[in-house]
Amino acid sequence: MIDHLTPVLVGTLGAATPLVLAGLGELITERSGVMNLGVEGMMLIGAIAGFATGVGTDGNMTLGLLAGAGAGVLAASLFAVLALSLAANQAACGLALTIFGVGLSAFIGQSYVSHSLPGLQPYDVPGLSSIPFIGPVLFHQDPVVYLAFGLYVLVAWVLARTRLGLLLRAVGESPEAAHAIGYPVLLIRWCATLTGGAFAGLAGAYLSTVYTPLWVQNMTAGRGWISVALVVFATWKPTRLLLGACLFGGVTILQFQAQGLGLDVPVELLASLPYMATILVLVLISRDRSLLLLNLPASLGRPFLPGR
Amino acid sequence: MHLLEPRAEPSRTLQWAAPPLAILLMLLAGSLLFLVLGRNPVEAFRVFFIQPLESGYGWSELLLKAGPLILIAEGLAIGFRARIYNIGAEGQLIFGAICAGGVAIYAQGHEGHWTLPAMVLAGALGGLFWGAIPALLKTHFNAEETLTTLMLTYVANFLLSWLVHIPWRDPQGMNFPQSVMFSDAELFTPLFEGSRLNTSIGLAVVAVVVFQVLVRRSFLAYRLEVGGQAPTAARYAGFSQRATIWVSLCVSGMMAGLAGVGEVAGPIGQLNLNLSPGYGYAAIIVAYLGRLHPLGIVLSGLLMALLYLGGEAAQMTLQLPAAITGLFQGMLLFFLLGTDAFIDNRLRLPRRNA
Repeated sequence: MIDHLTPVLVGTLGAATPLVLAGLGELITERSGVMNLGVEGMMLIGAIAGFATGVGTDGNMTLGLLAGAGAGVLAASLFAVLALSLAANQAACGLALTIFGVGLSAFIGQSYVSHSLPGLQPYDVPGLSSIPFIGPVLFHQDPVVYLAFGLYVLVAWVLARTRLGLLLRAVGESPEAAHAIGYPVLLIRWCATLTGGAFAGLAGAYLSTVYTPLWVQNMTAGRGWISVALVVFATWKPTRLLLGACLFGGVTILQFQAQGLGLDVPVELLASLPYMATILVLVLISRDRSLLLLNLPASLGRPFLPGR
Repeated sequence: MHLLEPRAEPSRTLQWAAPPLAILLMLLAGSLLFLVLGRNPVEAFRVFFIQPLESGYGWSELLLKAGPLILIAEGLAIGFRARIYNIGAEGQLIFGAICAGGVAIYAQGHEGHWTLPAMVLAGALGGLFWGAIPALLKTHFNAEETLTTLMLTYVANFLLSWLVHIPWRDPQGMNFPQSVMFSDAELFTPLFEGSRLNTSIGLAVVAVVVFQVLVRRSFLAYRLEVGGQAPTAARYAGFSQRATIWVSLCVSGMMAGLAGVGEVAGPIGQLNLNLSPGYGYAAIIVAYLGRLHPLGIVLSGLLMALLYLGGEAAQMTLQLPAAITGLFQGMLLFFLLGTDAFIDNRLRLPRRNA
């Protein structure tokens, strides 16, 4: 059994990485009071930008990943102009961004369908990767996995321990109060939204350049939406987000390892597990209204326009 | 950074002018896009927006595509008025199609006049059921309907995939993931010789009339609207928030299910993996572009259908990916939201100090 379990656990961290990245980005955005439902669209735009750059540079993965993050920022700025500067309905703007991202990535991606990329080789952390069982699971991963977990530490630290994090949370809790003491609410929200875009774009580029290094239309397959759900599940806390993402990574990887584990069920059932699990965790977390209200950034989804 | 300041009164002119303005902006941006892609914008414009409507067949195709879009958008608009955001109409369409298709498959060999009505009923109920799940999750567990409706779309897709791969696969279908073709008694009758437009368009016509009466004349619609825009006032008046959620999601699910029947018992004629080119998502734009108004939705549904036809024409004539339709859809919604912002606000101009 343990022989079959190791590949599942090894795959779990890789499958969790896009969720960790996109989820952290959305968490930052939502902490500033902005709900961007366009994560799926930003991921797709990042995925095709990263893939196209990777192909165009003969497999330069670093450039590909950077291009993905940059494209995510551009996509998020479309959302920010509408939802922040023009104070439009955030839910609708996010949805528009997703529809736009699906269309744009499919449009550009058409000419990249037959290409593939070399991907990234796993990097063995010296000394640690030879520990039995734990070594291959934790310390034999590609560099982006380490990056994602590093970013988790960074985001958790900034949010909880720094002045910047305090400012971000203050804007999310009460933009009016933050505005009254002279903080640039809209600027902070813009930055948080663009950071979210960079994270989502990077997550998308990881999928298309490293995780499955080829382009398939709609290849994010709902991971953007699952990330949004994970932020709710995590009650806007980075550590819970990380755990949730790993849990979902494990559920996702199950379908590829089912045969080895001796599971004789339709592949479609296994493939739909992450989506059903998303519904389940939403139900479990949302039924306790006070828990949600306690942690929810108080101004989430509410546009801020001084003088209104 | 702040581009806007509130208006004293919302602009009534812009309320109606915003959609045409958004369409105009989309056309401008589209022309730019064609220019960037190295196509003559005038020629591309003709191919995209004029050529599909130069023949009678083109018009029948337009109506064929507008039908499901209008059906779904009418239902969604009811929910959107009440601020219930069902964004999983695509899944409700698929589940409705599965239910209708199931009836058709098991009826083969004993079809009769009852079969098509039974399929319509099964599709409507199927869509309703798929919409009722998020309603239950919202009313009893407070789970966001945006996320649950969307997740259920993926589940419906996998269910469809399993059905057409294993239990319902056509044994003579060369191993393609598709069911048997439905017989004539299980299909809507074509309206004209040589056209795919069929009697299912009647469903859309009836729906428009019913929703027009419902929205303009009924107390139910008023309660839904108050429930969405002023929940506290609605509670004070004794209007139930739960009822709003149930009605919104069940009605929009049912309409999407009906659209699903129209597809499987119409142009597709079987269950396969390409039941809908994203009608469930496009209908969200149709509903907003039509100002959530039953008659406005007819106009915006026709425009959205034209975008689909234009995408197909652009693929054939200009060798552009048909996905360009999705790009236009996204731009349209962006521009609509942008112009809408000016209904309640106006541009902030630098002012002299008094």
